[in-house]
Amino acid sequence: MKTLLDCHKACKVKILKLNTSGDLKQRLISFGIMKGAEVEVLEHAPAKSTIEIKVGKMRIALRGEEAKLIDVEKI
Amino acid sequence: MNTVDAKACPIIANHIKVALVGQPNVGKSMLINSVSNAHLHVGNFSGVTVDKTEVLFDYKDYHFTVVDLPGTYAFTDYTIEERVTHEYLCAEDYDIIINVVDSTNLEKNLQLTSELLTMSKKVVIALNMSDEATKEGININAEYMAELIGVPCIKVSAATKEGIAELIEAVMLKHETPKNKPKLVFSESVEEEIAQLVWYLDKHKFKSTNSYRNIAINLLKGNKKTYAKLHDEPIWVELQPILIEASKHIELHHDSDDIKESFAEEYASFNRGIAAEVLKQKKQEEKKTLTEKIDSVLIHPLFGIPIFLFFMWLLFQLTFEIGNIPMDYIDMFFTWFGNTIGATIANDDIRSLIVDGVIAGVGAVVLFVPNIIILFIGIALLEGTGYMSRVAFLLDGFFHKFGLHGQSFIPLVTGFGCSIPAYMSARILKNDRDRLLTLFIIGFMSCGARLPVYVLFAGAFFAPDMAGNILFGIYVSGALLGLVAAKVLKITAFKGKDEPFVMEMPKYRLPTFKLIWHTVLTKTMMYLKKAGTFIAGASMLIWFLSNYPHNSELIKSYETKIETTQDKALKLRLGHQLSEAELEQSYLGTIGKFSEPLFTPLGFDWKMSVALQAGLAAKEVVVSTLGVLYALGSDVDQESSSLMGAISKNIPFPSAVAFIVVIMIYLPCLAASIVFTREAGHIKYFFYLFAFTSVAAYVMAFIAYNVTLLLV
Repeated sequence: MKTLLDCHKACKVKILKLNTSGDLKQRLISFGIMKGAEVEVLEHAPAKSTIEIKVGKMRIALRGEEAKLIDVEKI
Repeated sequence: MNTVDAKACPIIANHIKVALVGQPNVGKSMLINSVSNAHLHVGNFSGVTVDKTEVLFDYKDYHFTVVDLPGTYAFTDYTIEERVTHEYLCAEDYDIIINVVDSTNLEKNLQLTSELLTMSKKVVIALNMSDEATKEGININAEYMAELIGVPCIKVSAATKEGIAELIEAVMLKHETPKNKPKLVFSESVEEEIAQLVWYLDKHKFKSTNSYRNIAINLLKGNKKTYAKLHDEPIWVELQPILIEASKHIELHHDSDDIKESFAEEYASFNRGIAAEVLKQKKQEEKKTLTEKIDSVLIHPLFGIPIFLFFMWLLFQLTFEIGNIPMDYIDMFFTWFGNTIGATIANDDIRSLIVDGVIAGVGAVVLFVPNIIILFIGIALLEGTGYMSRVAFLLDGFFHKFGLHGQSFIPLVTGFGCSIPAYMSARILKNDRDRLLTLFIIGFMSCGARLPVYVLFAGAFFAPDMAGNILFGIYVSGALLGLVAAKVLKITAFKGKDEPFVMEMPKYRLPTFKLIWHTVLTKTMMYLKKAGTFIAGASMLIWFLSNYPHNSELIKSYETKIETTQDKALKLRLGHQLSEAELEQSYLGTIGKFSEPLFTPLGFDWKMSVALQAGLAAKEVVVSTLGVLYALGSDVDQESSSLMGAISKNIPFPSAVAFIVVIMIYLPCLAASIVFTREAGHIKYFFYLFAFTSVAAYVMAFIAYNVTLLLV
C-alpha cells in the first residue's frame, strides 16, 4: 500500500484510509485530511522529516511519521 | 463607538454579548480591532490569541461586549486554545456568536461553522477578507448562503473596514428576532437515524434548552457533554440501545468503524455542497500562487535553512549597527539632563541619589531603546508575514532530534523579544510534556532585556565592526545551548511519546505599517515603562546599598592624605582609592564579598557577583548596577567610554566570557518567572527551573572560563 510519505513532490493523490486513531485522527480530520480528500504534495524538508501538503486551499505541514500513517492512491 | 461610555454606564442600555469564533488565522483579532478601534495583537500564524479577550464598545442603543476566543479548527479539544473556546461556548452566558470565516477558503472554514450550527445559539457569519477574495476572483453569494444555512452571512473586510457597520446591524437584528433553526442537512441514512432519535425524545417530552434535533446529532457524534447530561436521565435506559443501533447503521453506511470519522465525512460533504452552491470562482489556469512561489525558495530543502540563518544574522547586524547611531545623542541628553537637574539640588545626598542613582540608572536602560525597537520590528515582521510557520516546518526535523516540537519554534523565537509572551504562546503545544519542555528552555533564547549587557561587553572587548557578529554568535550559541538542554531534559525529566506535528502554513501576507507600528509601539512603551518605574526603583536601591553606611573615619583619613599632597596625579589616584574603599565597606560591598567565594571559580570579582544577583530582578539592572559599581559618580552607561573602558580594563576577558554565559542561561527576570509559574501550572516547576538554570549557568560558565583561560 502506498502512503503519503512515498509520494513525490507535486504528486496528486486521494486519501484511502487514516491508519491511526484517537487524537491524531481527529486532528487530521479537523485539518480536512480525511478519507476521500484530494491532496497535493508541495515540498519535502531535508530527509523527508517534514512534508508540506495542500488539501483544498490549505497548506499543511506534517511530519514524515504522520504521513506514513496515511494510505493514498494516485489520481 | 465610545469605549469609555460603555464602561461608565452599563445599565441604562441594552447589552449584547458576542462570542467571536473562527478557525485560526482568519482575522478575528483584526476584525475586533476594526469594529471597536481596540489594539489587540495580530499575527499571521495560528495561536496569536491564546486567551479570551474582551472588548467593549457602543453602537446606537446597544452596549456590545465582544469576546475574542482563540482560534479553533473544530471542536476536538486538541489544544488548550481549542478547549478554552469549546468550554466557553458550551458553558458561558452570551447572546450571539459571530463566526468569522475566511472568504478565500470557504469550504475549510465551514467545518467549524457547521459544528456551531448544532449549538442552538444565534449565529451570524462574517465572511471576512472579502477584499482579498475579490482579488483572487472568488465571489460568494452571501444572500443565497444565508438562505441555504439559515443564518445571516455578511461580507466584511477587517483590513478595509468594509461591511463592518452591516455586520453590527445584522447582529442587532438577529438579537432582536427570535431564534430560528439553522439548516444543516446530512445524508439520508443519517437523517433517518436523527429522525428516529428526535421522535423518541419527542415521545417522552424530554425537557431541554437545545432542540431535539441538535441533541440527536450530538449524541450520534459522541459529544461527551451531551452524553453526560443525558446519562443521568431516566430515558437513558431506553435511549441507549436505540443510539447504539443508530451508530451501527451510520458506521455501516460509511464503511468505517469510527462514528466521529463518519460524521466528519457528513459535515465535509455538507460543506462541499454549500461551497459548490454559493461560490463562484473565475477559472484560473493552474499557475502557482504567489505564496507557492515564495515557498519554493524559502522552504527549499537545501537553501531554506541558510536563508533563515541569514535573515537572523541580518537582524542582529541591524540591531547593533543602526541601533548604535542614536546612542551618543541619548547619552548626551542624559548627561545634560543629570547636570541640569543636579544643579538645582542643594543637598549632596539627594543630588547624588537623583543624578547618580535614578537618572544614570534609567538612562543606561533607555539608551538601548533603539536596539530594542529594531529587534521588535524584526520579530513583528516574522510574526506578521507568515514566515514563522515556514521556519517551524524547516526546523521540525532538526528540533525533533532534540526532543522538541517544530511548533516550539514559535514561542522560542518570541523569546528573543521577551520571555513573557513566549511563555504564554507555548500554549499552542498540545501535549503538557512538550509544553513544559518548551517552557523550560525559553529562557535560553536571550530576550531583549539581555541585549544591553551583550552590547556592553561586545563593545568593550571587540572592534565595532566585529561586535554585530559577536552579538549574533551569542544569540546562536544561547539557542544551541537551549537545544542541548532540551535533549537533556527530554531523556531525563520529560520522557514520553512525541506529539504529532500537523500545522497550517498560512498564506504570506504583507503586514500593514499600522500593524507593525502598533506592535512595536506597545512593546517599546512597556520597556520604557519598566525603565521609568521598576528600573528607577532598583537603581535607587542599588545606589543606597552602595553609598551606605558612611564611614567618616575612612573618608577623613583619605581627605587629609589628599590635602597634604601636591601631586595632581596622586590626588586623583587617592580620590579613586577612596571611592573604592567606600564601596567595599558599603552594604552592597558586604553582600558582594559574602557571595564572592561562590563566584571565584568563574573568575568574577564581587562587583560582577552583585550585578548578577541584581539581574535576577531584571536583566536591565545588570547594566545599571555595573555602571554604579565601576564608575561610581561618573556617567553610568555603557556607551560612555568610562564604563566600557572600565569593563575592558577591570574585567579579564575569560571572566567576561563566563559572565556572558551566566547571563545567557540563568533566570530571565522576576516578572517572567511569575508568568512561567502560572503557565507551567505549579510552583514546583519554578523551583525546578531555578535549580536547572542556575546549575546549568554555573557549570557552563565554569567550563567557558577555563577554556578561555587556556586559549588566551
